[in-house]
Parts: sequence; C-alpha cells; structure tokens
Amino acid sequence: MKLPNISSPHATRPGNTGTVMLTVLLALVPGIITLSYFFGPGHLIQICLASATAVGCEALILHLRKKPLGFYLKDYSALLTAVLLAISLPPYAPYWVTMVATLFAIIVAKHLYGGLGQNPFNPAMVGFALVLVSFPVEMTTSWSAPSALLENGIGFSQAVTLIFSSRETLDAVTMATPLDLYKHQVAIATAHEIYQDPIFHGPHHEASIALGWQWVNLAFLLGGVFLWWKKIFTWHVPVSLLLALSLLSIFIGWDSDSYVPISLHLFAGATMLGAFFIATDPVTAATTPLGKLIYGAGIGVLIYLIRTWGSYPDAVAFAVLLMNFCAPLIDQYSQPRTYGHQKAVRGLAKKD
Amino acid sequence: MSTPQPSKTFSTISKEGLWDNNPALVQLLGLCPLLAVTGTVVNALGLALATMIVLVGSNMAVSLVRNFVPDAVRLPAFVMIIASYVTCTELLMQAYTYELYTVLGIFIPLIVTNCVILGRAEAFAAKNPIIPSMVDGLMMSLGFAMVLILLGALREIIGQGTLFADMELLFGEQAVSWQLNLMEDYPNFLFAILPPGAFVGLGLLIAAKNALDQRLKTRKQGPMPEVSGGSKRVRVTGKIS
Repeated sequence: MKLPNISSPHATRPGNTGTVMLTVLLALVPGIITLSYFFGPGHLIQICLASATAVGCEALILHLRKKPLGFYLKDYSALLTAVLLAISLPPYAPYWVTMVATLFAIIVAKHLYGGLGQNPFNPAMVGFALVLVSFPVEMTTSWSAPSALLENGIGFSQAVTLIFSSRETLDAVTMATPLDLYKHQVAIATAHEIYQDPIFHGPHHEASIALGWQWVNLAFLLGGVFLWWKKIFTWHVPVSLLLALSLLSIFIGWDSDSYVPISLHLFAGATMLGAFFIATDPVTAATTPLGKLIYGAGIGVLIYLIRTWGSYPDAVAFAVLLMNFCAPLIDQYSQPRTYGHQKAVRGLAKKD
Repeated sequence: MSTPQPSKTFSTISKEGLWDNNPALVQLLGLCPLLAVTGTVVNALGLALATMIVLVGSNMAVSLVRNFVPDAVRLPAFVMIIASYVTCTELLMQAYTYELYTVLGIFIPLIVTNCVILGRAEAFAAKNPIIPSMVDGLMMSLGFAMVLILLGALREIIGQGTLFADMELLFGEQAVSWQLNLMEDYPNFLFAILPPGAFVGLGLLIAAKNALDQRLKTRKQGPMPEVSGGSKRVRVTGKIS
C-alpha cells in the first residue's frame, strides 16, 4: 500500500476566509448589542447603511475588475469592513459621512491596492481617518449621549431623521465622549470635579467608570477573547497593545488630576474594539511573533501619545494606520530562527 | 558641452512636453508646488503662469550661454539665471496681481527649486540651440500647467463644490461672476483641500494617463496574447514584454 505523502502544515479542520470573517462578525455581536442598548439605535442604522454601501460598491468594483462576483462576495470581507467602520463612526453622523467613508475604504484602501490581502492599510480605519480629517464638525458633534441621561431615550424614527434628513434635534441627544470631556476638563478642574459630570456615573451616581462605555468595552473584550479561543488570532497583538497603553497611563498619567486615568484609557474609548478587532487584522498587521509584539506595543504607545498630546479625542485609527506603515519593516527585522539554523536571518541577507 | 546632435523636430518636442514626458505625470518633477497650491483653479493657474515665464526665460538664457559656461560651474550659473527670472516674476506678480501673490506666498520664490526648471535647463537647454529650447520650455510648462489646472479643478469641485472661484485675483473685477456653484450647501470636503487629497488626486491622474496609454497601445498593436495559466515562473520585476 502506498501511503500519501502529505507535507506539513497539517490542517485540522477546513477553513476559509468566509468562515473567519463570519466568526469575527459573530464576535462583534455582543458589542453591537451593548452599544445599541446604551446609546440608542444609531449604530444599527449606520451598520445597515454601511453594509449596503460596501456590498454594492464591492460588487461594482469586482465587476469592473472582471472578477467572479459570488466567490469574492462570499468572503464577507467587505461586510466586515463596513460593520467595523459603522461601529467606529459616531452613531448620528449624517448618512453621507458614512457613505463617503465606506466608499473610500472599499474603493481606494482595498481595491486600488489589489483587493483583499494586498491592502497595506486597514480599510475601515482608512475610511474613518478620511472622514475624521474631512468633516471634523460632523465627526465630533454626533456622538450619542447615553440613553440613560436622556429623558425619553431616543426612538428609532428620531434616529433615522437625524441621520438622513433634519439635524435640528441633534444637540438634544448628543454629548462629548467621556475621553474627550475628561481631556478638556482636566486642564481646569480636578479629577473629583470632573467625575461629578453625569456622563461618568449616570443620573443616580452609580459606581462606574464611564456610563455605558465600560459595558461596551467589556463586550468587545468578551468577543475578542472568543476570537482568541477560536484561534482567529494569537494573543500577541492585543496583549502587547493593552500592556503598552496601561504602562504608559500608569507611569505618565498616574496623577488623575492632570492626566486621563488608566480606567478611562482602557474602558471609555475604542480601546478594546481597536485591540481585538482592528489591530489584529491579519492582512495589515505584522506576522512574526516578535513582530506582533512590537506592532501591538507601537499601537498602544501611539494611542496614548495621540490621546494625551494630540488634538483628536480618540486615536485608535491613526495609531493603527501609522503602525500599518511599519508592519512590513517590522517583519523584516523580526524573523524567527529557522529550524536547523544557528541564527535567524533578520533584515536583508548579506551578500557574501 | 554642446555635443552636436540632430535636434528634435518641434512636433516631437511638443509631444514630449505635453504628454509622453509630461513633467508632472511622467517625470514627477515639481511636486512641491503641484501638491501645495492646487487647491483651486485660480491658484493653479497663477502658479502655472509664473512657472511658464520662468521656464521659457531660463531655457532661452541657458541655451544662449551654453557654449561659454565651463562644465564645472554650470549648475551655479543655471541656478543664478533661474533665480533672476523668479525674482522678476515675483516682482511682476506683486505689482499686477497682489492678492494672488499673497495667496501663493512662499511658493513663488520656491519656483527656483522646482526641479522641472533646472531639469530642463540641464537636460535640454544646455545642449540645444535657442529656438528649440524655448519651444521645449513652453511645451513643458504647458504640460505642467495642464496637470496643475486639472488637479486644481478636481480639488476645487470635490473640496468646496465650486469651480473658478476667486478668479478676480487674476483677471480683475469682471471675473467675480465666473464662479460656478455646483451644489447648494456643499459641506467642505477638507481632505481634497489638504495636501493628502492632492497626492491621491495626482495618483489617480497618473493612473488615468497610464490606462489611456495602455488602451492606445493595444488599439495600435491588437490585443495582447492570452497569458497561459499554470505556475510558470515569470520575471516579476521590470517590464514583462
């Protein structure tokens, strides 16, 4: 009997891009539910709008590039990009902001570079950065106030009106994000005074970090741990990212009267979403174990620097994009030792 | 310095400057002003005119002195000539289009360092007689102007939703009414107005030019033979012919 000669790596289960993307989408569900529960239906509408735009646009570009439609649409990568983008955008951003961001993400950031697997930058973050730079007013004044602070909450029809037509009632339902508020108040007030704001503890002064945001971040953390357990990504990037961010906020920002405290850094912004769902994108991240550690730590450091001394309230998008630039170089210099060799070959091989 | 060679015909020079060897789309020279001041058509046009005066003038002067300047000091000499023309242009703009002069600011004196101008002086004017050199300067600057104005128009439309805004800076009072508002209540698209938008816009223009060239070439030669499938090793660097 002739045994089949199969070389490693030995796959233990069938897997394809579509399954991976669907697993990631599944892991986003708890986060999306908590977002909608605490901040109203804005994000759900944005997700529908972005997904429809992304899938339609993807189909159009695939048609133009003469690629098989069904095959590429079934990898769900456009859908995942759209959902990640919609979660990152402010819930009551006008519809054209979402559409511009999605179109730019799919057309320029993904297909102009050659499609899935060829894009050097995370498409969702490119779209987000584009609209953040282009429409600063819409992008900073459209963050939903936690529903608990609104008298009647916010209804579905009001959300639709805000996004698609009239923006007259916008001021009544929006608020600065906790990170933004703390950053601006800390120059003139002590931590104790800032924490009096209901955005941190709710109308009845419950013990919490930042109303609503903490549960959203915990939900994303939960989804991220699920993905790690499913071996969609390894532990390196999220752990080194969170570690770098925490260390900096402990050593530089230990004094919460002058800097944003670590609790807000970790649980009041896009940190968990960024650490587990955005920085771990297999296409744009570094690939070697050591490289992933450097890449994640770089993002963590940049998030802290931009949040603390930059002019933008949150920094995940810019930090991820900047480290995407570095990922190929990091890979060059962090190659692991090959089995049977004394030393790892790092950088360019010497010509001798 | 001037090696006798058959000088190119005027039509070749024109075709090179306008299309085949376009300074902005093919040589990628002079990108600093190209990216910085093409926010509106009027800025682009102003800079294009200034560059044109300098380029034609410097090509003429360099061509005149080409046989008298020793090789070793030719670059300083060329730069002196270019700087003189830039100073003249700057003073002219200050006198006749003062507002535009203030808008363009540092980018007028920076024409001295524009690589298109030194590049043409070195590559063409230093080796050719005066008339072809001037034609080359004119055509190169027309090619440059074409891209500047196109990019300016694109960025103005996408960035502010207008076209030909502020043309009175260059053409006086009667140009106030030239402004076209393409959309009411257009939210400013800052990305297109900022330099990153210029990079993306220029990239798209270059891609469009290459695609057009490719299409023209296929039409001339007939369709390319089908590439056979399979895992044949091919050269991945350089031109695959």
